Amino acid sequence: MTGLETEEILSAIVFYLLSGVVVGSSILVITLRNIFRSALFLLLAFFATAGLFITLDAEFIAAVQVLIYVGAIGVLILFAIMLTRRIQDPVAKSTTRSFILGAFVSAAFLFFLILILGKIYLPPFPETGADTEGITKGIGRMLLTYYLLPFEVVSVLLVGALIGAVVIARKEEARGGEPPEVALERERKDREITDSKPDGNGLEQNDRKH
Amino acid sequence: MASDYIVVCVMFFIALGFVGVALFVAKLVRPRRPTNVKLTTYECGEKPWGGAWVQYNVRFYLVALAFVVFDVEAAFLFPWAVVFKKLGLFGFIEMAVFIFVILFGLVYVWRKGALKWV
Repeated sequence: MTGLETEEILSAIVFYLLSGVVVGSSILVITLRNIFRSALFLLLAFFATAGLFITLDAEFIAAVQVLIYVGAIGVLILFAIMLTRRIQDPVAKSTTRSFILGAFVSAAFLFFLILILGKIYLPPFPETGADTEGITKGIGRMLLTYYLLPFEVVSVLLVGALIGAVVIARKEEARGGEPPEVALERERKDREITDSKPDGNGLEQNDRKH
Repeated sequence: MASDYIVVCVMFFIALGFVGVALFVAKLVRPRRPTNVKLTTYECGEKPWGGAWVQYNVRFYLVALAFVVFDVEAAFLFPWAVVFKKLGLFGFIEMAVFIFVILFGLVYVWRKGALKWV
């Protein structure tokens, strides 16, 4: 066996391992009943995708995948979950009512996606010289010359997201998020769980019970 | 080359194994005499109450989103920095415009008092 063949087999193994992690954790994301665990498996899928990028020699994209998807988007998703009102329900009801219909729509989507991707004409990427100067340099050069306008528009998009979040957050706060009497009632109930007597020390009491 | 990342892969599995072995060995040698106080959730010495699954203030989300925005900005700085010398002043102005637009967003958030913690 030549060295090249060994490398090909090795990269195939790595590819199928990473793809397996991506597919497996994606399935867990949509089937798990606990929404928080779903989010954690989504992060695992993101992370394995970063590994796939590395097998494609796209190191910069892989780094960005970890930095932005696993890091930033992950934090955002977890915060979004912690902001939901029904979070105290440990088992969030899934909204998928019709499994068969969903599977049919997904299959149809996949079918048309393959159909379109087979026919689409992808204009050849303007010569980056990625082989000679490294992919990060290639991206930087293309971003600041050929794709300058999209690059600057990205900053406007980011500002739009920031301003939109402020507007929504202020609206939410004006509504008080949760009416204060509801919050107080919940807090009182929570205390009752740990202290059965208002004056007693919850920990000592629990000790005596066992 | 992707094959350079075999080192990273090996490191990953060593790290994973380290956690597993350390926890397993600790389980073998440690005494186990649980009392209720020992099993209580540690909350900085406070007596814990309520669940951990409470609804968070929406301000946390705002800070997280601001973090995402500036994280994306930082990600764009890397490829720019690599070719900075080649692009010269033109590249500097391009990035200055980019950062200026995003800074406008930060000023907006600041002026609206969204970063104030009340």
